[in-house]
Amino acid sequence: MSPRTLTSWTLSAAGLLLAGGLAYAAGQYGPGASDAEIKLGNTMPYSGPASAYGAIGKAEVAYFNMINEQGGINGRRINFITRDDGYSPPKTVELVRKMVEEDQVLALFNTLGTPPNTAIQAYANDNKVPQLFVATGADKWNDPKNHPWTMGWQPSYRIEARIYGRYILANQPNAKIAVIYQNDDFGKDYLTGLREGLGAKADTMIVATKTYETTDPTVDSQIVSLQGSGADTLLTAATPKFAAQAIRKVFDIGWKPNHFLTNVSISVGAVMKPAGPEKGVGIISAGYLKEPTDPQWANTPEYEEWLEWMKKYNSAGNLADGNNVYGYSAAQTMVAVLRGCGDNLTRENVMKQAASIHDLKLPMLLPGIAVSTSATDFAPIDQMQLEKFDGTTWQLFGDVLSGSGS
Amino acid sequence: MEKGSAAVARTAVNVGRTDTMTASTWRWLATAVAIAIAAALPFWLRNYHVFELTMVMIYAIAVLGLNILTGFNGQISLGHGGFFAAGAYTAAILMHRYGVPYWATLAPAGLICFVLGVLFGLPALRFEGPYLALVTLAMALATPQLLKYFDTWTGGQQGINLVKPMPPAALGLNQDRWIYLIALLALLIAIRVAANMLNGRTGRAWVAIRDHPIAAAAMGIDTARYKTLAFGTSTLFTGVAGALSAFAVGYVSPESYSLFLSVSFLVGSAVGGISTIGGAIVGGFFIQFVPNFANDISDAAPWAIYGLAMLVCMYTMPHGVVGTIKPVLMHLVQRAAAARGNRAQRSG
Repeated sequence: MSPRTLTSWTLSAAGLLLAGGLAYAAGQYGPGASDAEIKLGNTMPYSGPASAYGAIGKAEVAYFNMINEQGGINGRRINFITRDDGYSPPKTVELVRKMVEEDQVLALFNTLGTPPNTAIQAYANDNKVPQLFVATGADKWNDPKNHPWTMGWQPSYRIEARIYGRYILANQPNAKIAVIYQNDDFGKDYLTGLREGLGAKADTMIVATKTYETTDPTVDSQIVSLQGSGADTLLTAATPKFAAQAIRKVFDIGWKPNHFLTNVSISVGAVMKPAGPEKGVGIISAGYLKEPTDPQWANTPEYEEWLEWMKKYNSAGNLADGNNVYGYSAAQTMVAVLRGCGDNLTRENVMKQAASIHDLKLPMLLPGIAVSTSATDFAPIDQMQLEKFDGTTWQLFGDVLSGSGS
Repeated sequence: MEKGSAAVARTAVNVGRTDTMTASTWRWLATAVAIAIAAALPFWLRNYHVFELTMVMIYAIAVLGLNILTGFNGQISLGHGGFFAAGAYTAAILMHRYGVPYWATLAPAGLICFVLGVLFGLPALRFEGPYLALVTLAMALATPQLLKYFDTWTGGQQGINLVKPMPPAALGLNQDRWIYLIALLALLIAIRVAANMLNGRTGRAWVAIRDHPIAAAAMGIDTARYKTLAFGTSTLFTGVAGALSAFAVGYVSPESYSLFLSVSFLVGSAVGGISTIGGAIVGGFFIQFVPNFANDISDAAPWAIYGLAMLVCMYTMPHGVVGTIKPVLMHLVQRAAAARGNRAQRSG
């Protein structure tokens, strides 16, 4: 090699190192990220029949505002773009395309609803846009092999049902279980999870199952039929309206099973009171977030911090609405992931950081529950704690239980 | 002298004839230019805008269907979202379950929706005005629930994920552009068919039934047949639009076809001009873009802005945009033609 070639090689190498170093110092940026800001995209049903969930989006706006006021993430402010899709999948597709192609967001965060997320899942994965911490309980978001850019957040229905199954197996090994479930993926996820929790004994322990359609007027006949099977344990995987009917009917026919109720229907205001609060005493469900109305958290530092945030940044929000705890906690998870990216704010790195969360404890998660992910585990929260209805509120009991598949 | 005035008269007649030819030539030219621009647009615009314009055209076809029924035939429908859904699901089920190629699903979707429309139109003959509105409203309300109920076919709550149409490799287009061009072709065919029907005997019968059903019947028009035909034709258009929307979005679910969709069609129809063909295109733009503008203007109350936009449009242009502009334009064109004729006569 001639001295001239050696010199030019050395200079080139030095130049590359310098450029690389400068690039590293300046930060590696994918779309939506810069020295000044990080853009996140989100769709929520702010209008339409699911608009109660819009409170989650508002809470997230409020949380990111607080983070920005505190200096942002490594000096960059979060530009959180949230739009109303009215829970209509074609609108979600349109809005998400706009956010990815026009606004050039770094990642999608906490898009809400199973149909809306199903509509954009192929698009997000084809275009390699992180579809992070989707706000739905469906189990299908935990599929890193086929959809490496999509990740859930909350414990899925299947995880929750596994927890019930394992609890029953451990505490009532001779139970005879009946299941009433909605005849769609929501309900079927519960049956699948229950069976997984019961393991080998599933076939012997589950003595009867009945389904209902969302178009059915009542579920009374199914309840009566299930009582007739001689079961002493009941799992109700029903949305609020039908859950209230089921609770009422079970009480009215004098059946006193060990009654497990899906977490989506535990609202005191929307389900327990209309059913008749005395009729729901003893029902068991599961939770993973602190209920803002639960007196045991009232003077704890975590609750006080949340309350202060609510009053200062989310004053229009309802202090009794669990959605404000949900949005707060989900936003904290996103902030943790972004912080973990450091100056490498590419979509790939965001996904990588999201898939390597180790035991992240959030202040409003129930004590003992943490957020964890890995390259093969895209279910960030898979623990819950059981709670029992006492006629007025849900009282937590027992240990934190794991519903993870492994 | 006489030869002179005869010559003047002949010239005037000739000038008049040339003017008529020029007017229609101008119209043909303008249409051709518009189509050429529309076909070229996707190559100048970014993919997202191409997608938006595709949705505009799809909504335009759906609104055109509604215009035929409500604007030209006077039968109100609050249920066209249901027929849109029927077309979308027909295409989706054929593609997903039976592996039918996407281009072959348009005809079945249209046909099934035509039959549905006729079946709906027959009992609807008994109803007029607000009562017909209620009956069609029932259709709109029932649609999402029916879709969830027949879940072995429709996939229920979870919907059906579709593989979006791929362009033939030789053309070198991307997916968005290909679907845009398909929608454009469909829109042009729809406009042509609608114009032919509306300007012909069928259209005149429809309008006669709308304006004076008793006189129309007295004149020998079979009102039952024409009203049912109007319903079927209308739902055929909207059903084909629905199938196209399945291609463009790539996913169908019960949530996509709520009552609000039916209302949107009616709004788009009224704002564009309910008794016009061009108004359907304006309506498509309104349905697609105004909710987004409203969201940009006001985070807190975008639908109030949407309502305000509707009110402003209806107040300033009660016959819709095209309904108001077209007579004005035609008047201006006629005046210009007459003035040119006069000048020619005087100078000749």
